[in-house]
Amino acid sequence: MISILNMDYKIETQNLNLYYGKFQALRNVDCSFEANRITALIGPSGCGKSTFLRCLNRMNDLIPGVRTEGRVIINDQDIYTPGADLISLRKRIGMVFQRPNPFPLSVRDNVTYGLKIHNLADRGEWDQIVEESLRNTWLWHELKDGLRKDARLLPLDQQQRLCLARIVATKPEIILLDEPCSALDPIATEKLEELMRTLKLTYTIVIVTHNMDQAVRISDSCGFFLLGDLVEFGTTEQVFEKPADTRTEKYITGHFG
Amino acid sequence: MERHFDLELEELKHTILTMSGMVEEAINKAVTSLEKLSPEIANEVIQADTRIDRLENEIDEKTIAFIVRNQPVAGDLRLIVMATKIGTDLERMADLAVDIAERALELTGQPLIKPLIDIPKLAHLAQKMTHESIESFITLDGELARAVRTQDDEADSLRDLVTRELTEIISRDCSVAARAIPLILVARHLERICDHATNIAEAVVYVAEAKLIKHGEED
Repeated sequence: MISILNMDYKIETQNLNLYYGKFQALRNVDCSFEANRITALIGPSGCGKSTFLRCLNRMNDLIPGVRTEGRVIINDQDIYTPGADLISLRKRIGMVFQRPNPFPLSVRDNVTYGLKIHNLADRGEWDQIVEESLRNTWLWHELKDGLRKDARLLPLDQQQRLCLARIVATKPEIILLDEPCSALDPIATEKLEELMRTLKLTYTIVIVTHNMDQAVRISDSCGFFLLGDLVEFGTTEQVFEKPADTRTEKYITGHFG
Repeated sequence: MERHFDLELEELKHTILTMSGMVEEAINKAVTSLEKLSPEIANEVIQADTRIDRLENEIDEKTIAFIVRNQPVAGDLRLIVMATKIGTDLERMADLAVDIAERALELTGQPLIKPLIDIPKLAHLAQKMTHESIESFITLDGELARAVRTQDDEADSLRDLVTRELTEIISRDCSVAARAIPLILVARHLERICDHATNIAEAVVYVAEAKLIKHGEED
């Protein structure tokens, strides 16, 4: 167990390096994420932002040849300590991907899936948790009469919110989103953004986005990655009004490319 | 890399430059109309004001269109927001030039109450601050902009000096009030021009350095 000095931070990385074989994808990334805030990670393709996001729940461990150095401290615990409990870690951290990935099950079974495998609640409570989770992701009125429906038949935006409902049902602390709106139209995107604003009251949210307008709209803090470096990290207002680094300025004003 | 909106930004800057050139000319002519008590020159200043008003609208339209189309951030955002403010300041400076020209018309045909000493000094300072504030905008020179700002106290002192002196003259002989009050107003108009030049300079510091220094925030 490693104690961190500043307990206001939910997630902290220290000297984080990541290698895909010989290629270094992250270089000495130090940053802290406050609880109940939305942090957006921006940067060009291949800059390391998704790789970084996957470090936060050790998803990169699943990729052959990946080596990680440094610390990722979540709630005073270094998740890269040998012997860290990965199952309990991933229970505390939910993740949403670019393409919605509902399981080939009914709407209801998708929501209860995490409860079942982690044995989180009595079966008697499931109905209530399903309703709560669907309400919290604004799906209840749309889906309450179709709980037995195959989740894969839902429209994409409902599928994406169902993936969030599946996460919310297990009551995690942190939600990671990797370009969650890239498959959605503007109306569905707006709805998901509004949903994130309400979810941050309960969860700590980190989102990777290619859409800088989206980063400006929804995030409280923002990090800019370039070639594996976290070039700049600050409040969203500061980054988009007066970026400290000229590389950030160039990227957000469209000078790169 | 050249961006699709760089040309639009250049056009906007160009409009501000055109407008500032006209405002400088209006101030210079207004001061001359007062020095020479020339109704012709005073009327030229008054007539030119409509074109300056139109340019203010043009700047507003361009900046709004730019924001709608490009959602600017960082340096672009700072420039766009301050461009509208600079447009407003320039328009007010032109109005003050008109006010001075109108005072010149009021004074035409009457002997001057006394030789003008401090008003030409204040006029010269207003012209200098106007010119330098615009130059600092063209070159986005924060240092020059800060230098403009430091001259504002001198403008205030000169206005106070003129006001005090003329008030004393009126208090001795109130029959000269009709010739003295326009000069008090001229001093006020010129000092207000210096205030607007200071605003422009502060806007330039924000564009160049992302620091809001208005209302003594930096002092």
